Amino acid sequence: MQRSLTLHDTTIGKKVIMALSGFVIVGFTIGHFLGNLNLYLGPEALNGYAKALHDLPALVWGTRLVLLFAFGAHIASAFSLWGRNRRARGSRYKKNKDLATDYAARTMYWTGPILLLYLVYHLLHFTILPAHPGDVYRNVVEGFQNPLIAGVYIAGNVALGFHIFHGIYSAFQTLGANHPRINSYRRDLAVGIAAVITLGNLSFPITVLTGIVS
Amino acid sequence: MSDRLINLTLHVWRQTGPDEPGRFETYQAKDITTHMSFLEMLDVVNEGLIERGETPIVFDYDCREGICGSCGIVVNGEAHGPQRRTSTCQVHMRQFQDGDELWLEPWRASGFPIVKDLMVDRSAFDRIMQAGGYVSIRTGSAPEANELPVAKELADKAMDAAACIGCGACVAACPNASASLFTAAKVAHLSLLPQGQPERADRVRKMVAQMDAEGFGGCTNHGECEAACPKGISLDWIARMNRELVRAMVKSEKPVQARDR
Amino acid sequence: MELRSNEPTGPIDKRWSNHKEAGKLVAPANRRKHSVIVVGSGLAGGAASASLGEMGYNVKCFCYQDSPRRAHSIAAQGGINAAKNYQNDGDSVYRLFYDTVKGGDFRSRESNVYRLAELSVEIIDQAVSQGVPFAREYGGLLANRSFGGAQVSRTFYARGQTGQQLLLGAYQALSRQIEAGTVEMFPRTEMLDLIVHDRRARGIVTRDLTTGEVSTHIADMVVLCTGGYSNVFYLSTNAKGCNATAVWRAHRRGAAFANPCYTQIHPTCIPQAGPYQSKLTLMSESLRNDGRVWVPRNKEDVTKPPEAIPEADRFYYLEERYPAFGNLVPRDVASRNALYVTNDGLGVGPEVDGERRGVYLDFKDAIERLGEQTSRERYGNLFEMFQRITGDNPYETPMRIYPATHYTMGGLWVDYNLQTTIPGLFAGGEANFSDHGANRLGASALMQGLADGYFVLPFTVGNYLGDVRNLPPLADDHPDVQAAVSAVEARIDKLMNAPYPKHPPEHYHRKLGRIIWTKCGMSRSKEGLEEALREIPELRDEFWREVKVTGSGAELNQTLERAGRVADFFELGELMCIDALDRKESCGGHFREEYQENGEALRDDENYSYVAAWDWTGNASEPQLHKEPLTFEYVKPTKRSYK
Ligand SMILES: Cc1cc2nc3c(=O)[nH]c(=O)nc-3n(C[C@H](O)[C@H](O)[C@H](O)COP(=O)(O)OP(=O)(O)OC[C@H]3O[C@@H](n4cnc5c(N)ncnc54)[C@H](O)[C@@H]3O)c2cc1C
Ligand code: HEM
Ligand code: HEM
Ligand code: SF4
Ligand code: F3S
Ligand code: FES
Repeated sequence: MQRSLTLHDTTIGKKVIMALSGFVIVGFTIGHFLGNLNLYLGPEALNGYAKALHDLPALVWGTRLVLLFAFGAHIASAFSLWGRNRRARGSRYKKNKDLATDYAARTMYWTGPILLLYLVYHLLHFTILPAHPGDVYRNVVEGFQNPLIAGVYIAGNVALGFHIFHGIYSAFQTLGANHPRINSYRRDLAVGIAAVITLGNLSFPITVLTGIVS
Repeated sequence: MSDRLINLTLHVWRQTGPDEPGRFETYQAKDITTHMSFLEMLDVVNEGLIERGETPIVFDYDCREGICGSCGIVVNGEAHGPQRRTSTCQVHMRQFQDGDELWLEPWRASGFPIVKDLMVDRSAFDRIMQAGGYVSIRTGSAPEANELPVAKELADKAMDAAACIGCGACVAACPNASASLFTAAKVAHLSLLPQGQPERADRVRKMVAQMDAEGFGGCTNHGECEAACPKGISLDWIARMNRELVRAMVKSEKPVQARDR
Repeated sequence: MELRSNEPTGPIDKRWSNHKEAGKLVAPANRRKHSVIVVGSGLAGGAASASLGEMGYNVKCFCYQDSPRRAHSIAAQGGINAAKNYQNDGDSVYRLFYDTVKGGDFRSRESNVYRLAELSVEIIDQAVSQGVPFAREYGGLLANRSFGGAQVSRTFYARGQTGQQLLLGAYQALSRQIEAGTVEMFPRTEMLDLIVHDRRARGIVTRDLTTGEVSTHIADMVVLCTGGYSNVFYLSTNAKGCNATAVWRAHRRGAAFANPCYTQIHPTCIPQAGPYQSKLTLMSESLRNDGRVWVPRNKEDVTKPPEAIPEADRFYYLEERYPAFGNLVPRDVASRNALYVTNDGLGVGPEVDGERRGVYLDFKDAIERLGEQTSRERYGNLFEMFQRITGDNPYETPMRIYPATHYTMGGLWVDYNLQTTIPGLFAGGEANFSDHGANRLGASALMQGLADGYFVLPFTVGNYLGDVRNLPPLADDHPDVQAAVSAVEARIDKLMNAPYPKHPPEHYHRKLGRIIWTKCGMSRSKEGLEEALREIPELRDEFWREVKVTGSGAELNQTLERAGRVADFFELGELMCIDALDRKESCGGHFREEYQENGEALRDDENYSYVAAWDWTGNASEPQLHKEPLTFEYVKPTKRSYK
């Protein structure tokens, strides 16, 4: 095989792609979460916010394109690495004892696909087949009043929390952002962002379910 | 100084060749004094097996002082056994209790085919080194050693990375059987020093390409490797290798060939 | 047989350069046509293979470990000497030469030693360029320390892992040549015989340790860099696999073996803990800088915890006997005194075979004086190592130490070109006898291995090949080749099928080691040696009758590997005793109880200023002695005294 090596040929390159795309998605989730906070300001605020956004098709489609690309790259690399890493072990250990890794890191290949399923459902639910087109507030609140739907959201966002906790910490390492001065903050930052987004996102279905928002 | 006598039950992975099926065999290790090293305990078991006319358990060893990197057994799921920063040959039996049941397994990784029983083929590491883990300096053509001062801090860091003994525990412990820690340590050692600069970009690309070609997994930052490493090689070097690779890929105009195993 | 050292003459500082200028060269285009076998991938073999490969020769390199990086050079801790005079304390090539000749107790060849000192300087340049991370000062320049009682600071070091870092440097250079295709590497392959054809070394017979396959490798010449034979003693600081098989097989094919009785015992090793012990671990001698060595004055106290023994009942024997040097007396003096006090029943620590072989090395005063912080900085690593192995904490209780065999000065006899008495067979590193005389100075074995590998062999190999030019091809089925193969196969067969198989090889090795250690170790006597010479052949016969090796020879078989090595140790062990008995003087590491003056070694320059080179006669008990007289033009023999 005589061909030149490209970054994404390498395991490291694939991880770099995942880290960059992961950051794009994390960035989106942060923005998305902040926008969704309008829920607490009432129907006018949320619907107004949604309308304002939709009045800027360039922004909407631009974001969609970037996201689509990011998800595509992220998922493609994830599956390619996944296969590789499974083959790399060969036979399994009879006994296994973890010393350093944690639950979040071990379950990345579960939380990732769960997120994918969640996303498909989420898009069908709110974006592609909304019950009340144009009334985002009603879609959300009525949707979450159904415990089954709220449950899906809770599960999805718990998976999100684990995924981006390890994801953010891991992405720093992948991108080589490693310096004695910042290393001690990497984990804190990952915990912080993951906690804010997850708890924030979880608050939506929970407040609706408990009737705080209706 | 107080030693005890303990009895252990060993479940040892026996496999006659790379393509043969393996299985666990159970042996009793009786009257083991806690002053013994782990490998001395296995010596005693083996001498007993030979006296009884059976074939002894095969495992790699040489220096038995934690520096050659030959030894390596996964004991109850831990590469090199229960003592941190300690290679198998340096683990002593005082780490164990009377009646303990131990599962002894080889390093398991596609990049390290099993040779026999607990012995594996780590030649993949040599090939990663051959791909670029050196400074190309012709014998006899070296400049005077003090001509190029090296900051003490850099020299010390390079030494931290260079302390790797090439044992492969990082691969054994990594959930993805990734050789990142080993490769990163050598990339870091040479890229930190001024002597390693001319080949810096080429080296990391070639070594990573070979690491991948050997069938090791990718790193997903579990950190198990660092925990299992008998020399405490730091995860920081993996981050550094990643940075080096991206930098080399972005900056270099000359392509590097992808490699086959 | 006449031993011709082939040393150049003339002013000593010009000998090597003149010799090189007069030597033959092989043109770069022709080097590819020449094949060289290098057995060993340690400092000597690794450096030689890399350098020869780089020059364009066709090199095959062999080692028994799974990777060339694991040769036992990796274990050297202390450092490497070089006459750089970076510390401006008056060091020079001449001074290093002088110290080494004197340190070798005037039993080495001046020309060789001078060359070694000269090349030391280039070794450091070479290693630094390879990226060996030597310790540095804050200004960025290389740091040095003084080592083994030297008057100057000329030792370069990389933490406590100097050997590892130097070996990795050589291994990296070797890896580069393997990638370039000039060196073919054969790991897990053991040399079991030498092929001699038309009176020249032309190849080796090997056994592939993973498959058991016996094969031949033919070349234009063979270089042995297979390390030392300390493992004759069973317990030593060497790796388990270290062996004398390659040099011993060469000896049996006609290479003279020089000064086998010169062995070095290192005073600060961790004592044996039990009969199962498989090896001994060395701790840096620097420990003696601050630690105080003692044993209880009274036999009744040896089992008491050391803390319970009052100051007045402690016998600081080195400080009392050698007030001027105290705990820093030379290696052999420190070692011998430990032997004497434990012979008197004052040894401490666990009882092994009815004896307590250990003395205390106490850091209590040092920790009080230096503070725990400074002690930790200086000795923390060593304390940790001690605790890992023994379970004792040196911050709380004294360490225990005892001497152990560490290095062998003897080896294959070589001339100035490192050629043995078989043309075309060269030997480098610890495998030859060349530069250390009767005793080796600390930090000079690494230097010698690399000098041989990087600088001497690449020249002398070319010189030999330039001289013989085109050797006729030697076919695999030639009777000389087939005879060697059959010999190897027959021997494997014999080891596998002893008539009354009883015990694994270790059983006999332990017994052999015990004989050699007690009778040809730190202190030797006529009676002891004669006794050993009766016991060894008996034990050897027992071994061949009863050794038990299970499995088969046609597969990976570690017991068989060990059995073959032990068989050779038996013959070499006997030769060591014969040599020790023959040398009726005390010099360097060889101490004969009959030849001393107030406890000091008594050299006999008149009668023993020679290299003893022994020839194989077909009977291990009757080797033939040849003498290479030693003359000293520059460093005149003096008596040493440490009182
Ligand atoms: C614990 C310890 C500490 C030391 N510390 C120092 C120090 O601080 N400073 C210093 O200067 N010196 C020190 N020494 C001495 C020094 O390390 C050695 O003398 C030197 O490294 C020997 O190098 P070598 O290349 O000759 O042999 P080795 O490094 O032993 O290499 C021998 C090679 O030969 C191969 N081999 C052997 N037999 C066969 C066979 N039959 N077939 C195939 N291959 C074979 C082996 O695989 C190996 O590759 C120390 C020694 C020890 C044991
Ligand atoms: C949609 C399906 C998804 C799949 C299948 C998936 C899968 C994965 C996998 C397998 C990894 C590598 C595991 C590791 O490095 O330990 C990973 C890393 C990561 N993921 Fe995802 N993920 C998905 C979605 C997401 C989403 C929605 C986000 C952000 C909100 C995200 C952010 C990240 C980040 C930041 C990383 C770290 C990359 C790195 O370590 O370099 N992923 N993902
Ligand atoms: C409980 C938490 C969440 C709530 C309440 C929520 C709510 C919504 C709503 C109401 C919309 C439709 C907006 C519109 O049509 O104008 C939407 C769209 C979307 N959401 Fe969420 N969301 C949540 C979590 C997430 C998460 C975790 C992700 C990603 C990982 C995500 C990704 C998306 C995407 C990609 C869209 C489509 C945007 C577009 O139209 O381009 N959402 N979300
Ligand atoms: S990095 Fe550590 S675990 Fe991996 S090979 Fe090196 S020493 Fe062994
Ligand atoms: S355990 Fe494996 S995933 Fe990376 S951090 Fe270590 S190589
Ligand atoms: S045997 Fe050498 S490191 Fe364990």
